[in-house]
Amino acid sequence: MLTILFDGVAYGMLLFIIAVGLAITLGLMNFINLAHGAFAMAGGYITVVLMNRYGVSFYLCLPIAFLVVAALGALLEGTLYRRLYSAPHLDQVLFSVGLVFMSVAAVHYLMGGQQQLIHLPPELNGRTEIFGIGVGRYRLFITAVCAVLVVALQLVLAKTRFGSQLRAAVDDGRVARGLGINVSAVFALTFAFGSGLAGLGGAMGAEILGLDPNFPLKFMVYFLIVVTVGGTSSMTGPFLAALLLGIADVAGKYYFPQIGAFVIYGVMVIMLVLRPHGLFSREGAR
Amino acid sequence: MTAVSESQEAVSAAAPEHLAAAQLRRRSAWRAYELVLWLVAVALIFLLPSKALLLTEIAIVALFAVSLDLILGYAGIVSLGHGAFFGLGAYVAGLFARHYFTEPVTGLLVAGLASGIFGFAASFLVLRGSDLTRLMTTLGIALMLAELANQMAWLTGGADGLGGFTIGPILGLFEFDLWGRTGYIYSLAVLFLAMLIARRLVHAPFGLSLKAIKANRVRAAMVGVPANSRIVVIYTIAAVYAGFAGALLTQTTSFVSPDVLAFHRSADVLLVLVIGGVGYLYGGIIGAIVFTLLRDWLSVITPQYWMFWIGLVLVVIVLIGRENLARWHTFLPAPVQRVFKRAASWRPGVKLGGGG
Amino acid sequence: MITRRSFVAASAGLAMSALAAIPGHAQETVKVGLILPMTGPFASTGRQVEAGVRTYMAMHGDTVAGKKIELVVRDDASTADQTRRIAQELVVNEGVNVLGGFGLTPLALAVAPVINQAKIPAVVMAAATSSITEQSDYYVRSSFTLPQASVPVGTWAAENGLKRVVTLVSDYGPGIDAETWFTKEFTAKGGEIVEAVRVPLQNPDFAPYLQRVRDADPDAIFVFLPSGVGSLFMKQFADRGLAEAGIKLIATGDVTDDDLLNDMGQPALGAITGHHYSAAHDSPENKAYVEAFKSAHNGMRPNFMSVGGYDGMHLIYAALEKTGGDATGEALIEAMKGLSWTSPRGPITIDPQTRDIVQNIYMREVKEADGELYNVEFATYEAVKDPAKAEASGQ
Repeated sequence: MLTILFDGVAYGMLLFIIAVGLAITLGLMNFINLAHGAFAMAGGYITVVLMNRYGVSFYLCLPIAFLVVAALGALLEGTLYRRLYSAPHLDQVLFSVGLVFMSVAAVHYLMGGQQQLIHLPPELNGRTEIFGIGVGRYRLFITAVCAVLVVALQLVLAKTRFGSQLRAAVDDGRVARGLGINVSAVFALTFAFGSGLAGLGGAMGAEILGLDPNFPLKFMVYFLIVVTVGGTSSMTGPFLAALLLGIADVAGKYYFPQIGAFVIYGVMVIMLVLRPHGLFSREGAR
Repeated sequence: MTAVSESQEAVSAAAPEHLAAAQLRRRSAWRAYELVLWLVAVALIFLLPSKALLLTEIAIVALFAVSLDLILGYAGIVSLGHGAFFGLGAYVAGLFARHYFTEPVTGLLVAGLASGIFGFAASFLVLRGSDLTRLMTTLGIALMLAELANQMAWLTGGADGLGGFTIGPILGLFEFDLWGRTGYIYSLAVLFLAMLIARRLVHAPFGLSLKAIKANRVRAAMVGVPANSRIVVIYTIAAVYAGFAGALLTQTTSFVSPDVLAFHRSADVLLVLVIGGVGYLYGGIIGAIVFTLLRDWLSVITPQYWMFWIGLVLVVIVLIGRENLARWHTFLPAPVQRVFKRAASWRPGVKLGGGG
Repeated sequence: MITRRSFVAASAGLAMSALAAIPGHAQETVKVGLILPMTGPFASTGRQVEAGVRTYMAMHGDTVAGKKIELVVRDDASTADQTRRIAQELVVNEGVNVLGGFGLTPLALAVAPVINQAKIPAVVMAAATSSITEQSDYYVRSSFTLPQASVPVGTWAAENGLKRVVTLVSDYGPGIDAETWFTKEFTAKGGEIVEAVRVPLQNPDFAPYLQRVRDADPDAIFVFLPSGVGSLFMKQFADRGLAEAGIKLIATGDVTDDDLLNDMGQPALGAITGHHYSAAHDSPENKAYVEAFKSAHNGMRPNFMSVGGYDGMHLIYAALEKTGGDATGEALIEAMKGLSWTSPRGPITIDPQTRDIVQNIYMREVKEADGELYNVEFATYEAVKDPAKAEASGQ
């Protein structure tokens, strides 16, 4: 029972890690970036190549994946994404789906279509007994990283100068500009940061979710579920939504395996019908 | 009919409701490009018999895209799960042919009815929320339906697909031939009839009220347009159309594969519609032609990496701007533009028996 | 758009005339149309099959019985209706003499009307559901069927002291096939199925299912999962400590796919699988095949899918040889029936009644050799027919 709860939490954390970058670009910048999974995939492949071809340590790969993908994000933001901030949502969907298609085919061309596997350092393999519950070490690691991320993100957004600048820029770009905030720089930085997080999530998720060129299409639905159910106005919303979905999914599949596949979609539709603006949103109470 | 082409002064002197009626009629008159399109479609039956299957596919995708246009282009409801209705129609048509009656037109109507009922029920879920909520709700419904079809293998054949049925002759008269000629004529006829009805619908006051809802829901409510019930109605109609498209697919291939409910159907149809242009019905048809031919061509040249080029096309379309694409003719040299303008604004008058 | 040939067909007025013209314009070359998943989740299947086919052509030349063999490769786009359309266009517009490939069952089934009408053989090189060959007299299979691979695993498990087994399969056609036939064989031989778990195809995390297996505490777990997913499963299986809890892993060979086995590493060691092909199969034919395959494809190791492509091509070559170059569909399909040869996987025969493949199923264990992981064969079940059909003909 407790093992299932822990597995659910760990799965939720994993969902959160790969979706948090999207929570930032979609939630804060209001850009429907379906190509989020492509950034995550980039992070995953960077890790695979570094580890399997060059023998770089897994721990080192994670920050590298973050930085490289963040740089990639910044590059794309400057050249392409920037033009579409004010475009209709439909254009954003179309544009990012186009990017997804391109990334899928490009990765297939460069790396081949097969599943890529990584080898974790031995201390992350296997299980540990904590208070009599068997928990996977890697899952524990994910949970820990995720907890750190949530706290850090919340602090950055709520307490730092950058956080207030960002919130101001999102709420009313023109006024923010008038106050001397360099809105486009703030957006570029945020977008790069969100992409970097996606890369980190891809790198960490590859072990459990697997990695092949279809990654962005396969998991797009999951990122979107977390972000929409969580609502898009804070970090806590997606975090709690990820936890809820993770636990519901794992417990549902454990106790009622016959309907396992429906649980996560069912929870999503019910949540959205009950609270169309997400779990914790400013409009949610209406 | 002749009143339309008469001088403006005569019309403006009339009462306002006449004015409005005249305007509606003028908007609903047949355009030259529409006639050309349909004539070419009919001519292709004879000109390209070896491509009948590709043409059938285009007709089906077009009908499906038109269905999405009704809710997206006219009521402004985005959907990433429109494939649910398509797939439901496909399965119902297959099951109906297998267990009850193999005549396709009956099957088509039954499939449309089933999809319509489902669409009616589902429409209440898309009334509230933002674009994003709608995208995800529709997507969730479609994914659950896909999973359901997979699980109910005793009914649907599960992952192996539903086969083992033959489709009888249309109305007991026209056999389906393997080379797809009957299938194309049949699909084209259904598409044409569906378009006729859709044209009437969107050019009627009902269609205008939808556009009002799309533009501003609160304002529409203020002038007395019952937004929710209008959305329910159009969503149901769109579901019926999608069900028709799915049924056509089943009937022209004599097989239902579980991929009719797959996510990529919903995504593709959105791309098709957006490529062709939203909100004027023919966008679905033009998009279907462009998208299907493009994909077919690319996947012959590069079977493994065609997705890259499709992706590139999408990105370029967005960067150029859809509205710029829609007025591509303004980039032509002036004399050519004039010819186009004259051709586009030409309408069949009394001589052709009049449209609309 | 309007190709010359289609224009000719058009002016003839009837598409059927294009069909009649096929033998005419295909006199010197025999065209083989391969329809494979080149994109999407099953792209690696397509890649392996195509590589197998090309390896065969590289090893045996592209002429047989005075005819030049020409390949036309198309992506099935993972949809049945497109597969059917492509098949039809290949037959009518390209004048293809034989169709081949087919990654997934529904896609293979969708072409049945085309091959029936055009009377053209379709060589199923990958799809593994038993029922395909029953849907048309023009299907021939060069891959394997899941019942064929699952039944010997059941026999082996019952004979080697496993009493209580949990089955875990992907929740779709092939998975259910594997579950049904393993269960049938295993319980008939006195075993007990403690629990049958079905995992959705789109399933990112195996945690809840593995926990269920652990709680049921069986002697062994029988697994069928498509190959890419299978490797992820192996890792999570090891991670959860199921092996230490004394639960053996038995599976069909999809799970320990040769293509991915090396990347799986330690967790795969000791897994027992039953399948028709291992890259480590000890025979001169296989050595030559593996070598040619690896050198032509950048060190990629051939897996069980590739050998389906390789043997499918052999089937076409051998049939042409037998007909003396007569490439009409009827002649080819007759020639294919009853053919038998030694493939890299061992001796195989095309059953003349069912047109399905009869082959050895090997029990293998994952072992390390020369720093690489291989499925090392240790027992053989000879000349296994597809059990679903063997049963039907026995009654």
